[in-house]
Amino acid sequence: MTGRALPSPGWLFVAPALTAITAFFFVPVLAAVVLSLTDFDIYAVASRENLRIVGGANYARLLDDALFWTAVRNTLYFVVVAAPLSIAVSFGAALLLHARVTRWKPAFRTALFLPVVTTLVAVAVVWRYAFHPRIGLLNALVAPLGIGPIDWLGDPRFAMPAIILMTIWKTFGFNMVILVAGLQAIPEGLYEAARIDGAGTVARFRHVTLPMLAPTLTFVTVMTVIGDLQLFAEPYVMTQGGPANATLSVVLLMYLEGFRWWNMGHAAAIAFVLFAAMLVLTLAARAARRVAGGDPEAA
Amino acid sequence: MKRGLATVVVHAVLVAAAVLTLAPLAWMVSASLMPAGEASMVPPRWLPSAPTLAHYRDLVARLDVARAFFNSLLIATTVTVVSVTLNALAGYGFARFAFAGRDRIFRVLLAALVIPGQLGMLPLFLMLRELGLVNSLAGVLVPGLASIFGIFLVRQYALSIPQSLLDAARVDGAGELRVFWSIVVPICRPVLVTLALFTFMGTWNDFLWPLVVLSDARLQTLPVALANLLGEHVQDTELMMAGAVLTVLPVVVVFLALQRSYMEGIVSGSVKQ
Repeated sequence: MTGRALPSPGWLFVAPALTAITAFFFVPVLAAVVLSLTDFDIYAVASRENLRIVGGANYARLLDDALFWTAVRNTLYFVVVAAPLSIAVSFGAALLLHARVTRWKPAFRTALFLPVVTTLVAVAVVWRYAFHPRIGLLNALVAPLGIGPIDWLGDPRFAMPAIILMTIWKTFGFNMVILVAGLQAIPEGLYEAARIDGAGTVARFRHVTLPMLAPTLTFVTVMTVIGDLQLFAEPYVMTQGGPANATLSVVLLMYLEGFRWWNMGHAAAIAFVLFAAMLVLTLAARAARRVAGGDPEAA
Repeated sequence: MKRGLATVVVHAVLVAAAVLTLAPLAWMVSASLMPAGEASMVPPRWLPSAPTLAHYRDLVARLDVARAFFNSLLIATTVTVVSVTLNALAGYGFARFAFAGRDRIFRVLLAALVIPGQLGMLPLFLMLRELGLVNSLAGVLVPGLASIFGIFLVRQYALSIPQSLLDAARVDGAGELRVFWSIVVPICRPVLVTLALFTFMGTWNDFLWPLVVLSDARLQTLPVALANLLGEHVQDTELMMAGAVLTVLPVVVVFLALQRSYMEGIVSGSVKQ
């Protein structure tokens, strides 16, 4: 035995993972703060001597960068429309799956869930063809209703709705499964009591299901909005942000600025704006939950 | 009588929803088997007139998609093995050992869950460039070596291991690694399977980071190769559908085989968080 104390075995267990996370996550995130305060561009890629600290100039520039505001507007449009619709579809599907009369529940659940596990890029390719103005399935589907033909991905008015439609298809199964678990966790006794008090189906839904499911719905909403804010692969594959920048999202702009045009400092500032939006949302949701007095563990 | 009507309506809506949900995937498979040009006909065809595997052969023989497939497989498997191991060690370490700074570190990790991965991506790319790891397998692996979410998942599970089991093994003279391997890992098996599943599928489906870090066509993963293929072969609907099938197939098969673990993981990950 030497005089030096051996490190606790606990440290040895956590050290490999902590090292990897520190080196490849925490250090880059901290470096991103610095990067966003520099004018790191294609010249700095060539030689570090061209690198200057510019302070908040990247952030100031964002304020009058029309492309950035277009991306913010598009992303908000996407979030504000896609998130509620998607949660509504998930909720509807969850209620159907949970209904007492429903048979073959596992089969329906698997069918409705399947798009969630598929590779986003691959199904975006499939949907690109489904949205084709001439050969696409979607126009064939709506043609009997006297609609169209619509140039879904080529018309600035329809490109974002098309991406929203595909996103709902791809993601609603995830929240559906979480909501089914939430529904299953509601004690049957509450429904019994409400029934004895004379509550009908609608009243039971309003006064038992909705309040009991509120924490789950909040969680699902926050996670969906956070996920939707990171919209990237759908426009990258289906529209490249077009037509006329109608589907340019914040993350797509960050990718283009950083990795296509090598405006790394500018791109880092965009990434921080995205992070700030997510942080505000998460904190707001936590505060709301604390005020509501629900789930103390999450606070 | 009212109940009977409700049963019919519920099932009719569910069947319609399932058909609509599966239709794009069914058309993808069907179109991938159509002779060239048939998937671009008006009105659209639902079934191939003469099913053919020609497009799959074309993808493998002429367009080197097999290489991208094996790149994806190698990357997803490596990340899964390494990250499940590191997360299991760390999750157990946080759950069952007292050491200086443990709780503070764990709180920092949990707080960091809100930081999006894209934030560190730009500097990480520049760091790897300095190290000569851009355009290498190692470069695409590094962000996935361990995950905070994985550590969290294992820790929650490891908290419930009976202390008496661990103590009994130590009294028998087992070292800490031996205790981990022969007691902790078997007990944590369900959560480790779930974590492996999430990691494999997440890595296979990942797009942005491989797109950024692998520009060499020979190293590209399948999703990136598919997106590039679209640039040159956008007119070849059937070929693109075959590519999409190959990309989706492994994750769908793995999911269908281990569905129960996957669903349990989603629910426990969301409820406990």
